[in-house]
Amino acid sequence: MIGPPTPPAGASVRPSRPGLDGRTLRLGAIGTLAGLFSGLFGVGGGTVIVPLLMLWLGYQERMATATSLAAIALIAAFAAAVGGLYGNVRVGDAALVGIPAIAGVVLGAWLAQRLPGRAIALMFSGVLVASAVELVLR
Amino acid sequence: MIGAILLGLAGGVVAGVLGVGGGVLFVPGLVFFIGLDQHHAEATSLLAIVPVAIVGTLRNDRYGNVCRQDALVLGLLSVAGAAAGVALANLLSGRVLRDAFAALMVLVAGQLVRRVLSERRDSPDTGAGSSAQIARSRGE
Repeated sequence: MIGPPTPPAGASVRPSRPGLDGRTLRLGAIGTLAGLFSGLFGVGGGTVIVPLLMLWLGYQERMATATSLAAIALIAAFAAAVGGLYGNVRVGDAALVGIPAIAGVVLGAWLAQRLPGRAIALMFSGVLVASAVELVLR
Repeated sequence: MIGAILLGLAGGVVAGVLGVGGGVLFVPGLVFFIGLDQHHAEATSLLAIVPVAIVGTLRNDRYGNVCRQDALVLGLLSVAGAAAGVALANLLSGRVLRDAFAALMVLVAGQLVRRVLSERRDSPDTGAGSSAQIARSRGE
């Protein structure tokens, strides 16, 4: 097992910097797209953030995923707040799902080191497609 | 109620193992198990995602994988898009929204399969492993 890399602040693993203005503009474009996606579908938006960080800002997958998740905390909070204004948020149900999910993340991170990720990814893809069919047909 | 708790647990596990956010599982789960309509399920899913993203980020940050400044800029600049997205969702009928969501699920499934297949091509199990494998082994 490789130890966790602990680069000093501002070290070389930072993605490329195309000038601050260009960078902010790109981040703003990604943020706007991700926000639209998140608000429209009720998801975090990682599906659009991760590929765009890699494509437009030269991120590696690991850092793109981690940075995306951090941004999602803010994006989902904004979108949930706006959804609340429309009266669509069921706070009790959100807690019922969101609190066990915290335990799930910790468990999942532990499991990830002990289970074949590929098999899980393929299985989960199957679950997604089946759920999509069920959702449309019901 | 048990269904919702198991759903949360499952969503968290998937997020922890695959790095795919819980939302894509929470929305259909809230529809199937709690009986919410598409609009309520989506808005409720958003709130449920927040704690998952925070805990995941605290873990990732320990490994120095989070580019904090970019995440902050990205998150803060998403506010207009997020408001527009929610407004758009509320303009659409539940049926249209549901069908679009189903298409999104298939898209995410395809992304996952493609990722798995490209890993297989890149790294015949020699010790080092690709960055994606390392990322996954850390549960991001």
